[in-house]
Amino acid sequence: MSFIDRTARSFLLAELVSGMWLTFRYMFKPKVTLNYPYEKGPLSPRFRGEHALRRYPNGEERCIACKLCEAICPAQAITIEVEPRTDGSRRTTRYDIDMTKCIYCGFCEEACPVDAIVEGPNFEFATENREELLYDKDKLLANGERWEAELAARLEADAPYR
Amino acid sequence: MPKLTVDGIEVEVAPGATVLQACEEAGKEIPRFCYHERLSIAGNCRMCLVEMERAPKPVASCAMPAADGMVIKTDSDLVKKARNGVMEFLLINHPLDCPICDQGGECDLQDQAMAYGFDSSRYDEVKRSVKDKELGPIVKTIMTRCIHCTRCVRFSEEVAGVPTMGAVYRGEETEVGPYIEASINSELSGNLVDLCPVGALTSKPYAFTARSWELKKTDSIDVMDAVGSNIRIDARGPEVMRVLPRLNEDVNEEWISDKTRYAIDGLKRQRLDRPYVRVDGKLKAASWDEAFAAIQAKLSGLSGKKIAAIVGDTVDCESMTALKDLMGKLGSPHIDCRQDGAKIGTEARGSYIFNTTIAGIEEADACLIIGANLRKEAPIINSRLRKRWKQTAGAFKVAMIGESWDPTFKHDYLGAGPETLKDVLDGKNAFAKVLEAAQKPMIIIGMGGLAREDGDAVLATARAIADKFGMVVGEWNGFNVLHSAAARVGGLDLGLVPGKGGLATQEILDAAAKGKIEAVYLLAADEIDMSKLEKAFVIYQGCMGDAGAQAADVILPGAAYTEKNGTYVNTEGRVQQGWRAVFPVGEAKEDWAILRALSAVLGQTLPYDTLDDVRTRMIAINDVFAGLNVTRKAEWSDFGVAGDMKPEGFVSAVRNFYMTDPISRASVTMAKCTEAFVSGTAEGKVA
Repeated sequence: MSFIDRTARSFLLAELVSGMWLTFRYMFKPKVTLNYPYEKGPLSPRFRGEHALRRYPNGEERCIACKLCEAICPAQAITIEVEPRTDGSRRTTRYDIDMTKCIYCGFCEEACPVDAIVEGPNFEFATENREELLYDKDKLLANGERWEAELAARLEADAPYR
Repeated sequence: MPKLTVDGIEVEVAPGATVLQACEEAGKEIPRFCYHERLSIAGNCRMCLVEMERAPKPVASCAMPAADGMVIKTDSDLVKKARNGVMEFLLINHPLDCPICDQGGECDLQDQAMAYGFDSSRYDEVKRSVKDKELGPIVKTIMTRCIHCTRCVRFSEEVAGVPTMGAVYRGEETEVGPYIEASINSELSGNLVDLCPVGALTSKPYAFTARSWELKKTDSIDVMDAVGSNIRIDARGPEVMRVLPRLNEDVNEEWISDKTRYAIDGLKRQRLDRPYVRVDGKLKAASWDEAFAAIQAKLSGLSGKKIAAIVGDTVDCESMTALKDLMGKLGSPHIDCRQDGAKIGTEARGSYIFNTTIAGIEEADACLIIGANLRKEAPIINSRLRKRWKQTAGAFKVAMIGESWDPTFKHDYLGAGPETLKDVLDGKNAFAKVLEAAQKPMIIIGMGGLAREDGDAVLATARAIADKFGMVVGEWNGFNVLHSAAARVGGLDLGLVPGKGGLATQEILDAAAKGKIEAVYLLAADEIDMSKLEKAFVIYQGCMGDAGAQAADVILPGAAYTEKNGTYVNTEGRVQQGWRAVFPVGEAKEDWAILRALSAVLGQTLPYDTLDDVRTRMIAINDVFAGLNVTRKAEWSDFGVAGDMKPEGFVSAVRNFYMTDPISRASVTMAKCTEAFVSGTAEGKVA
């Protein structure tokens, strides 16, 4: 019997029809895909994207060069050098993150005692060449200025859980 | 011998020991801030509380003498609660600035707060803040962090002997600092940084430059003076960041002088990082091959009698061995390791070492210092003398002949020069009676007495004093020579003195000025009169661009003491080895290897290829090199040539403590210290 059944289905194109039927049904369901880059999915406040160095509202940079992020970085992507600034405060002269080494674990952000280094919501920082992914202090501070509103909002959203 | 029980373990301790020491004997760790083995007991931090049976309250173990039958508990609930309470009180006024504190990562308070602290603070009121004090170019203060352990106060009073620090006001208002706003004028002030259990006193030159966890630690030996302090070099990548003392009870205990600690920033400036050859009167950068070729062109065909070598003050024994063998092969007898022209020979080892040993000072009961300013030449030895003076409550009598200087303890100043020395020998001086009455008298003769024309006679007189007053009896040898150059004893042990018909330093210079010596090899020798070498072909091998490099026709860049494995012999004759902390800068190479390579170019290949081979050769020359880190008793044989002494007073070999060699002269920190402590004083005007 199974032979006749199989032959009949084959000649009647049953698989094809059921496949087409599935496709047809999905035409009336809500879409799950996004029209990236014009549409984007929601991000958690804890999303770990591109790094930024933040400043205080008065413009003073937050980073105090304690080197805890450098110490905790499991990929050893962070390099810091320190010198006393002319006013005697402790500041970095160099703050580099090698984004090609970084594994986006977020430990640097966790280790930072002053919320200076943060991983922001930006994940669209692809570059045309490798060198552009070696971030220096200027680039990180510029990121901080650019994203400050969102960075502050996301830190505030996550604050009750810390 | 009191016997007591600590956590069920029975221990027996020496009489006079404290409960804290008994607990350590039993292997129990007691947290502490104010207690320090080498300082008097203060008992003011209360962190070392332990429970004692039949005592109503926990007791401070550091201040409680151990007694027979005590039963101590170090890990009961009561103890834990008491320590938690003390820690909470300490943290009330301690700022939460560990991330910007240089002590962070190696802080006693941080470590102990991890063990005894609460996870959050119950203190909501305003924290105390204290004005920072100015302590000079070496110690940086952030006094808000101070927990009033008074270690710094006790150190400056007891060890350094400059009672300038103190605690003023009471209770909440207590402030530790100098009574009068002034820098700490001590050669040992850097040790305050090590002593401070928190970040209140930190190192100014090292401020904010590195964290303790990123440093690679290497054991080494200091070459800034002849004490041979045991040091630990902390390097970050290719850069030496700081120098810390290493514990050695026989040499430096756990102190080092400020020059030892802070001169290392000189290694970043004025370095010779590639060979140079003088072409048409100007030094031009060259390759190693070109430099060697220039030397070969000059030396080939030149009689050994026309070649001379002078060895500097900070050279390691391996390169001195290589130089000695090379000069031997070239047939030159003109070699000298005594840049300052000191009249000391190699015939008797007892005539040029510190026979008593530094630790042996603690047995002496009288001391005569001749022509040496110990605070400038060997502050660590001066602190031992002071320690002995304190131990004996002033019964240790010290007298000095030469310049008058303040050794930080009570002393007699006898006179300026040889006259007084003779008076002591003839028993005319009052101090002769002290020496006669003493059981273990000692004499320290410095380079100020020996590095002069009549040095032989001074040495003979000193020896006569030693013989007359029974300074060398049985096991006791109270005759001591204090060197000011780290390489000197090693050089003498290896026999780097003129051979048969050879010339000494001053004679080499005179002969070179007359053209009788045509080539001079300077192995890091910078303290000689370079104007006399104008006619000669000068080869300078060393790490710093100082006087020697300026006079040179060929410069061979060597390694600094932090950049090579080296053997050094200190003034006691103790052979010690240091390890390489970082690699030499640029094209520089280890010094013995340079000499070995040069010997091959000159067709006089030295018979060693590895450092071990060189060390085997050193032992073959003198078997003292076989025993590391020990002192060997030297035989008491004849030395010194009796003669007339000139009437001029003895002048210390060191004018400015902070600048004695090319490294410290290039150091910014040492320049700041000179400005703060030396300029404006009488010495500053001379120097």
